[in-house]
Amino acid sequence: MPLQSLDIIRRSATSLPEPEVRGAYTGQVAKLIDTTKCIGCKACQVACMEWNDLRDEIGTCSGHYDNPHDLSEASWTLMRFAEYENPKGDLEWLIRKDGCMHCEDPGCLKACPSPGAIVQYANGIVDFQEENCIGCGYCVSGCPFDVPRISKKDKKAYKCTLCSDRVAVGLEPACVKACPTGAIVFGTKEDMKEHAEERIVDLKSRGFDQAGLYDPAGVSGTHVMYVLHHADQPQLYSDLPDNPHISPTVRLWKGVTKPLALFAIFATAAAGFLHYIGVGPNESDEDDEEAARRELEKAP
Amino acid sequence: MSSRTGRNIQRYAATTRINHWIVAISFVLLALSGLSLFHPAFFWLTNLFGGGPWTRILHPFIGVGMVAAFALLAREMWQDNTWQPRDSIWLRKIKDVINNREENLPEVGRYNAGQKLLFFAMVACLIVLFVSGIVIWRVYFSSLFSVRLIRISSLLHAFCAFVLICAIIIHIYAAIWVKGSIRAMTRGWVSPGWAWKHHRAWFREVTKGVHSK
Repeated sequence: MPLQSLDIIRRSATSLPEPEVRGAYTGQVAKLIDTTKCIGCKACQVACMEWNDLRDEIGTCSGHYDNPHDLSEASWTLMRFAEYENPKGDLEWLIRKDGCMHCEDPGCLKACPSPGAIVQYANGIVDFQEENCIGCGYCVSGCPFDVPRISKKDKKAYKCTLCSDRVAVGLEPACVKACPTGAIVFGTKEDMKEHAEERIVDLKSRGFDQAGLYDPAGVSGTHVMYVLHHADQPQLYSDLPDNPHISPTVRLWKGVTKPLALFAIFATAAAGFLHYIGVGPNESDEDDEEAARRELEKAP
Repeated sequence: MSSRTGRNIQRYAATTRINHWIVAISFVLLALSGLSLFHPAFFWLTNLFGGGPWTRILHPFIGVGMVAAFALLAREMWQDNTWQPRDSIWLRKIKDVINNREENLPEVGRYNAGQKLLFFAMVACLIVLFVSGIVIWRVYFSSLFSVRLIRISSLLHAFCAFVLICAIIIHIYAAIWVKGSIRAMTRGWVSPGWAWKHHRAWFREVTKGVHSK
């Protein structure tokens, strides 16, 4: 968790420009996950555990292949297995490697109230800086993909870092390194889109008419993309959102509400001050005491 | 409830005053810690509470304390805050209120219409703040609720806190504006002249059948 990085383009709860407004020339990275090549071996999960030194608790079998059941503070990536019966009546096993999508417009970063707890690097990676995390969980409500998890042990937020530490020194993420079928590849965002295009052409020639790239525009694209056999129905892949975007509620809460509310609070206080100066206090004087005394004497 | 102590009139009993100040101090702590997490311009206020994580830990507990103390206060004051026809007249003459022309206003009971509105604004805000606060209390409760509900609760929590802060600013200013009010909540008593001028109907009620010495 390096505190000093000149590669930051965006920082949570910060309104001043970051160093990279001067220009970022090396381009953006992306991880491409080809669900059509995935065999569900979970080597990526193991590589993630190993590189990031994570050990989730041993769980129980819940009747399907997902293991562990869900993302957690110690499971930053997870193969989700979905059984799909296609219109022809054949079974398709749709396996999706779930984890942070590294949105170009990250909802977690927008929701975070703690300056610098969430940053986005010039290469597009969205990273949590746990030393600045206060554990409020706003990132969880900001995320359109339900990815961040708050640790029960230290109450801080964790998720896939896209191996920002490896990428920073020119290595590919650990999951990419471990994938035996080449279903996960890593490179510049442009290269990954080109590679995906080739894959889609190949898939279409094999009868997957709706094959396509998942790089959702609602969050301005993502730095983790999928090649899907059924790009028209992303929800088939264990509820991958159709059109992910930052919720309007979160936008309102974290957008115009903030300056407007502060302005109104200051205006209320200022109105009081001006009233005191302009109209002045309301005092009861000797006459009122006298009137009260007379009233009491009048009483039977 | 109200009784005369010497020449002066008791407006708030010691228990009411202590309870009021528990609520007031809780409110200040909640407003400071809440604003620090609402707008980054105020994040530095987290230092008053021992840093960001401590602010996040303390805020909801102080909130529960405030709601409990306020519930007792509200139960005690509810009866005197029920709306009456004369309150509507008072509100229509708000210009006379603002310009200190009390002689044009109907006689006021224990509380005027402005105080009653503030009272019910506080009741409504605190109910919403309490419920939405439970939903967004990540450590203990958020896992029980859908992300949609948590988002709506976050927005509602911020909105009601904003309304409450503005309402309390008005409340504090009114106490500075109408001289003698602060003493009523610190020492407990007001002068007969104060009661005569600002709350005449209440003055008549509490002095009924009592002869001046």
